[in-house]
Amino acid sequence: MTDPVLSVQNLRTHFFTRAGVVKAVDDVSFDLAPGEIMGLVGESGSGKTVTGFSLLGLVDEPGRIVEGSIRLQGTELTTLSDVELRKRRGREISMIFQDPIATLNPMLTIGQQMRLAIDAHERLSKRAAEARSAQLLEQVGIPSASARLRAYPHEFSGGMRQRVAIAIALLHRPAVIVADEPTTALDVSIQAQILFQMRDLAAETGTALIWISHDLAVVSSLASKLAVMYAGRIVEQGPTATLLRDPRHPYTAGLIASLPAMTAPGTPLTQIPGTTPSLLSLPPGCPFAPRCEFATQACMAEPEMQTAGGRGWRCFHPVGHTAEALT
Amino acid sequence: MNDFVQINDVSRLFGPNLSTGEKIAARLGGKVETRSVRAVSDVTLSVRRGETLGLVGESGCGKSTLGRLIAGILSPTSGTVSIDGASVMQNGTKVTTRVQTVFQDPFASLDPRMKVGDTVSEGPIAHGLTTKSNARTYVAEWFERVGLDPVWVDRYPHQFSGGQRQRIAIARALAMQPDVLICDEPVASLDVSIQAQIINLFLELTRDLRLTTVFISHDLSVVQHVSDRVAVMYLGRIVELGPVAEVFGNPAHPYTAALFGSVPKLVLDADELVRFDTIEGEVPSPLSPPSGCYYHPRCPLATAECRAKQPVTQPVSDLRAVACHNSEKQLAKTSAI
Repeated sequence: MTDPVLSVQNLRTHFFTRAGVVKAVDDVSFDLAPGEIMGLVGESGSGKTVTGFSLLGLVDEPGRIVEGSIRLQGTELTTLSDVELRKRRGREISMIFQDPIATLNPMLTIGQQMRLAIDAHERLSKRAAEARSAQLLEQVGIPSASARLRAYPHEFSGGMRQRVAIAIALLHRPAVIVADEPTTALDVSIQAQILFQMRDLAAETGTALIWISHDLAVVSSLASKLAVMYAGRIVEQGPTATLLRDPRHPYTAGLIASLPAMTAPGTPLTQIPGTTPSLLSLPPGCPFAPRCEFATQACMAEPEMQTAGGRGWRCFHPVGHTAEALT
Repeated sequence: MNDFVQINDVSRLFGPNLSTGEKIAARLGGKVETRSVRAVSDVTLSVRRGETLGLVGESGCGKSTLGRLIAGILSPTSGTVSIDGASVMQNGTKVTTRVQTVFQDPFASLDPRMKVGDTVSEGPIAHGLTTKSNARTYVAEWFERVGLDPVWVDRYPHQFSGGQRQRIAIARALAMQPDVLICDEPVASLDVSIQAQIINLFLELTRDLRLTTVFISHDLSVVQHVSDRVAVMYLGRIVELGPVAEVFGNPAHPYTAALFGSVPKLVLDADELVRFDTIEGEVPSPLSPPSGCYYHPRCPLATAECRAKQPVTQPVSDLRAVACHNSEKQLAKTSAI
């Protein structure tokens, strides 16, 4: 097996607020192989975005990485200085955000913004920089790319702006791209175009992708493996197909079962009772226990990640199995 | 069957709100946008009593505007909307309480400085459905009906989660005892596990209260689940209408086929786990829509006729209608698969 391009071990990112310590990311571990696409799934407040921000060193006060290791191509990122981190951000690891309107500077042309991103890491002549920018815009599916370099963000549609953001993320051929809900703000027809394109781009460039989303079907269309987050923890991870067909964690099973497509039209959907707990007042033990139909006395203790056969789950009562039979 | 809600040849234009200076500049040949957008264009539609009609389309297709026209929030530029034979609007004002709306964002649709109990009772008191002294019991009944604890009536919106707020918004709409409910993306801002709860509540309430509903959503799987019939909109026009299983199962309009095909769907028992296709191109600007059929620049079946002539809506069967010159070709194509 090849060495992972990115290895995250026991990552904890906490926010020290006046109301108390918010453990937004709590003991998260995963490996990403070169060119691999991993889906990071969870509901709002589950810690998926903070996980992405932690990887790029973008967590601001009052938050900070309190424990754990992030190794990118063999280099430990958590102990690097800001200057060292900046040298890597954008070149070795980059990010695509949900809202392409907020990502792009409305006062600069697309060409100027791409130039700035190039200059941050490389010395290139004007002509070479323009050529590379145009080539990338073309690659992400923007027609008449070299003319569009002189256009401003407002002259693009939402889908086209997101393509520009993707092109900027790809400028330095980073080893890893973190994409945080990049298609959530887009219409379904544009989402489908971008999903197809990302699949091809990842295969062409060998860039590994972390695709963050709340939509199981969307991530599963791209990712070869999934990690499901709940209350700051990864509660289940494994290859996409096996995880979806045979979920181990009751939360994963509940998410899949609650999709409208899983129930006959007009009949009640399978629902997960209750609401996601506040990270400020998590229940003791397994945070999912109060909503879980399988919860027992054992769930008052916190379950550790169990691993077997390339999968992991954090549960004392894996769905359809006895815990002993699996390990 | 009687048509309970009648939407008759309704159009709505939005013109630019020009200042005097801009008007002068436009007159002198300055670059000022003076064109209007036809957000809803010649829509004729009816909803039967007790039926749920789904309204789908991409952003900017006019589905929310049409919802607001039915709800009497906007007045049509031309055409009429009536419920049970009585017009919803008279002289630009809403004259009925028989239609109520649930909006997308329960954070924006509730007054943050009003106790939620007062928010729910305000309308019923004003319209004599309850009295001030009875308001608490009246609200408590509706709270229970939507799955909220009645002791919460004195709380403020910020003390509730997104799902609970949407329940409050539903209680507010239902406390007016409407016959028609317009739901504009009611679950779009909710988390997946909460969506299922609200959809179930919605199914239960529409059945028990025999509500006639227009359910607007961009999420086709949700619409497919809750609706009896569905109308597909593109650039202000209804391009296809019919029973939801038939429209999505065997589309007669190429846009319906493409829209439904572009949604990633999980198929757990198939080899290929997720299925979807893409549509070429993007929705054109509503300021300068293309000639003929608005969909022709993106349509794989487009012919010279589509570029020249706008298709009229024709029946496909007793219950279905489509606005497409090549619907037969499309139907043959989809049933072949």
